[in-house]
Amino acid sequence: MVVNILVGLGVALFGFVLQTAMGGINRKIVARVQKRIGPKWYQEFIDIFKLFSKRSVSHGWIFDFGVIMALGGIIATAMFMPVTANIIAFEGYDNFFIFVYLLAVGMLGMAMSASGSGNPLASIGVMRALTTMLAYEVPFMIVVMTIIKLTGGTSSVSEIAAFQQIAGNNWFIIALPLGGIVAIISLMGMLGKKPFETYIAPAEIASGPMVEYGGKQLGMLFVMHEITVFIEVSLFIHLFLGGAATLGVYLLKYFLVYTALNLISSVYARFKIDQVVVFFYKWPLFMAVTQAIIAIYLGWVI
Amino acid sequence: MKSTKFSPMTQEQIDKKWWEIGNYFRRNSLWMLMYCTGCCAIELPPAMTSAYDMERLGMGPMATPRQADVLLVTGYLSLKTLRRLIYTYEQMSEPKYVVGFGSCTINGGIYHDSHAVINKLDQYIPVDVYVAGCMPNTEAVMNGFTDLMGMIKNKTARGWLDYKERNDWYKKNQLDSLGEVLVHDEFHE
Ligand code: SF4
Repeated sequence: MVVNILVGLGVALFGFVLQTAMGGINRKIVARVQKRIGPKWYQEFIDIFKLFSKRSVSHGWIFDFGVIMALGGIIATAMFMPVTANIIAFEGYDNFFIFVYLLAVGMLGMAMSASGSGNPLASIGVMRALTTMLAYEVPFMIVVMTIIKLTGGTSSVSEIAAFQQIAGNNWFIIALPLGGIVAIISLMGMLGKKPFETYIAPAEIASGPMVEYGGKQLGMLFVMHEITVFIEVSLFIHLFLGGAATLGVYLLKYFLVYTALNLISSVYARFKIDQVVVFFYKWPLFMAVTQAIIAIYLGWVI
Repeated sequence: MKSTKFSPMTQEQIDKKWWEIGNYFRRNSLWMLMYCTGCCAIELPPAMTSAYDMERLGMGPMATPRQADVLLVTGYLSLKTLRRLIYTYEQMSEPKYVVGFGSCTINGGIYHDSHAVINKLDQYIPVDVYVAGCMPNTEAVMNGFTDLMGMIKNKTARGWLDYKERNDWYKKNQLDSLGEVLVHDEFHE
């Protein structure tokens, strides 16, 4: 048990280091797209450690406690994440729904803390974040339900990944092309990438939920954000890209997925919040339902 | 037996070491809050975008005072905006630095005889680096930022400590010019 918990914490730490490095590399890549030189690849580490080295103010204990709850909830979620087929802390507990519910703990902690600051822009940001969540979860859930049905009722993330590695089965992004597109769009919504960046919106609502954070609390939120991105991208890799047999394959897939999303995001402008909701309830929802019908009832799976 | 090679460090020396490590991170990741009051602000877009690319120094724009490390005061400050500037400066989390742009912040520049603007910024808030010129070249702006990074390294960027030590003096100057620092508008009442 102790070993499992240590492995789980190791996975969370691995996710933090991996995603922070990837974030720095991607800032460099986006800078090259914009004909700039860009920061050092370890810039994100410098940013986070700098935030921890600053002094910060508090806005009451809800504000402080919410940050710790957010970080703790996200670390707890990351502990269940399988990295490769062998690196997994709690065998048999990597259920998809565990991730969905535990992720909400982190998000709610952040929402609580942000509203605890009493800033109206923070409340607007939290409201927008929850609205965006409501928008992308519906089509994404339908696609994942389809996958669970196709794999014979298992919702374990590593078993779904193993299912795609059996000879004769394709990765789900190929087997369910429409569903794959929906998943990519939903993933961009989850990560808050550019067209769906409404709840951060620095120029509009002054970075939304983070408006009152500075110093150490902001540093903790950054760590939380990095681990959240790790969880979401890993879920995508395991559910749609066939998981990873070795660590090298995992790193390669992670890099490709995250960079592709960043490149897409670097050429888009921001939607308004009502446009986000209407967008997700129009095409992705339609495509997800169509995919579910043709995959389950007609049995057309590539 | 006590080791003769490594004499244990005093608490002061340990604090100093930590502060130096922190200084490395602080100078390589300066997040700015742009208080664009005057025409000097037009020098910031070329400094940020592909021409001079300040992100390679680790600098970037931030949305709110709480998140920012360095406050850029770009040009003349009317009495009305000075109130907001003092509010903004006091909200930033320490250590914090201030860069003043243009001759307007140094001695009033071409507005030196106007009744509506202040002349010397460093009487109201502590300024670490001035970038002279009306308006300064973008090279000068970038040079000012590297100067600030050097000052953080040499521990001479002590404006925020000075603001604490001589708070009475700053407050007195602010009150002399403004009458009262409180802002009266729909957001602050
Ligand atoms: S120094 Fe010159 S360019 Fe800058 S704000 Fe003053 S008048 Fe404008």
